[in-house]
Amino acid sequence: MLELRNVSSGYGAIEALKDVTLRIGRGEIVTLIGANGAGKSTTLRNITGLVPLTAGEILFDGKSLKGMPTHRITAAGISLVPEGRAIFANLTVLENLEMGAYLQRDRARNAREMDRIYTLFPRLRERRKQAAGTLSGGEQQMLAIGRALMTGPRLLLLDEPSLGLAPLLVHTIFQAIDAINREGTTILLVEQNANAALKHSHRAYVLETGSIVMEGPSQQVAGDPRVKEAYLGEA
Amino acid sequence: METFLQQVINGISQGSAYALLALGYTMVYGVLRLINFAHGDVYMVGAFAGYYIANNDAVQANLGASWMTAVVVMAGSMAVCAFLGILIERFAYRPGRGNSPYTLAFWLAIVGSSVGRMVGGSTPALLAGAAAGAVLGVGLDRLGIRPARQSSHLTLLIIAIGVSLFLENGGQLAFGADPKFFPEIIPTRRIQLGGLTVDSQRLTVLGVSVVLMVLLTLIINYTKTGKAMRAVSFNLDAAKLMGINTDRIIAFTFALGSALAGAGGILVSLLYPRIDPLMGIMPGLKAFVAAVLGGIGSVPGAMVGGLIIGLAEVMAVGYGQSTYRDATAFVILVLILLLRPSGIMGKRTSEKV
Repeated sequence: MLELRNVSSGYGAIEALKDVTLRIGRGEIVTLIGANGAGKSTTLRNITGLVPLTAGEILFDGKSLKGMPTHRITAAGISLVPEGRAIFANLTVLENLEMGAYLQRDRARNAREMDRIYTLFPRLRERRKQAAGTLSGGEQQMLAIGRALMTGPRLLLLDEPSLGLAPLLVHTIFQAIDAINREGTTILLVEQNANAALKHSHRAYVLETGSIVMEGPSQQVAGDPRVKEAYLGEA
Repeated sequence: METFLQQVINGISQGSAYALLALGYTMVYGVLRLINFAHGDVYMVGAFAGYYIANNDAVQANLGASWMTAVVVMAGSMAVCAFLGILIERFAYRPGRGNSPYTLAFWLAIVGSSVGRMVGGSTPALLAGAAAGAVLGVGLDRLGIRPARQSSHLTLLIIAIGVSLFLENGGQLAFGADPKFFPEIIPTRRIQLGGLTVDSQRLTVLGVSVVLMVLLTLIINYTKTGKAMRAVSFNLDAAKLMGINTDRIIAFTFALGSALAGAGGILVSLLYPRIDPLMGIMPGLKAFVAAVLGGIGSVPGAMVGGLIIGLAEVMAVGYGQSTYRDATAFVILVLILLLRPSGIMGKRTSEKV
């Protein structure tokens, strides 16, 4: 479904990604793990056109995304839940979800989608009239995911969805990710919480200083001694 | 007491005109983090657009002195300014954000047209000059000569000052440097309210400003585009991720703010009918102060800030000396910057310019 071919990217003289190649098949949950600054977020910002590539190519359903502005990539069916959630704090919960449906003109579809999100995260229904800035961190994460789903993505990109959340909420979020995937959305999950990410994904890539150093089925990656030592906190 | 109330009424009327202008500053700042220094000049263009529409033969013949003239003048001027705002955004500020290959072409076409006019002295020569400029601009862009693309906030600020100078001097070229007198499109009538006198002009200024501000508030709060404007001003990247074409929303913001400036130009010309191409400078600065006072980026803040500046100015004239009139706003600016730099309704305290 999505293919990165020899992608390089950087900010000025700093090279954030070097020759990254990865592939995501329809219906998969693929995780990209790595340390802080390894280039995980850059990869997602490359896919969504927020940061330009310096080399390589990204294909979505076989078509190149080169030069496409972010809003058209969203329209094509890729949605990113950015790191730090980036909800519109000055808008209400409902208005945030409406912004997700900005390109969707079918009202019945939007109502159905909103209902689905409220079922996934009942807390959002309770707080729909509230300014999004007043939500707790976990609720903001739910809103960020809900808002991304409103765009109607076939591929959902999640950047550190568990960051800064209490363990119980981390659990809720990962359950939701599984549920979203079961309902047919392909997912690329970027996480520092490698443990949970490997448990809740089919395949994994390990990114180190801008390059992919390992890839494989998540169980196999989780069993690798180097991964255990560097990312899972086991000796 | 009656004098005081009289001053309050005058101040609110004056202030509501500043508020209209301040809204443009604050909205553009909201979406671009840019002080659009050309905004006061858009207001000037609004006044001149109104002047030419009101004096147009067809308008004179068909509408004459009826109230429809005032409506046509107002709507026409707002439309002209909205269009001007879109042009400014498209050709001066958007390239500074890094995505427009035709900017250089546009500016070189303008230069080319004046060169053509001077050298050839005819309309075909002018058009040929414009075409040559446009072709040269596209060519240079292809060769990779792309001034101001992907530039910093400072560049945008300098562009803003450049646009302002362009409009002021272009205005002198197009309209002539001599002042003109704005026609009386609202017949003067004095209305007695108890012991107070309000003339029809002041009442019009107040009424129209209030209606426009209510409309603006409705647009921002309840329409899809208005919500998108708020989303863009809160987080540009997140707005793009929603599928919002942020360039279009930014252009719309310029159009809206500029239309309000145009309306302000007409309204102030009702009170002070002497108009000239440099008339936008001082009101522009004062409205900017009003926007800062209210908290730059805040829409209700701009309204409140405008009213305060207007009231303060009228009071300074009424109870102090009329020579201090223009100083009032700047004294207020110094005070806000010392006491509460984020303004009355502003949240974030500092932001790169």
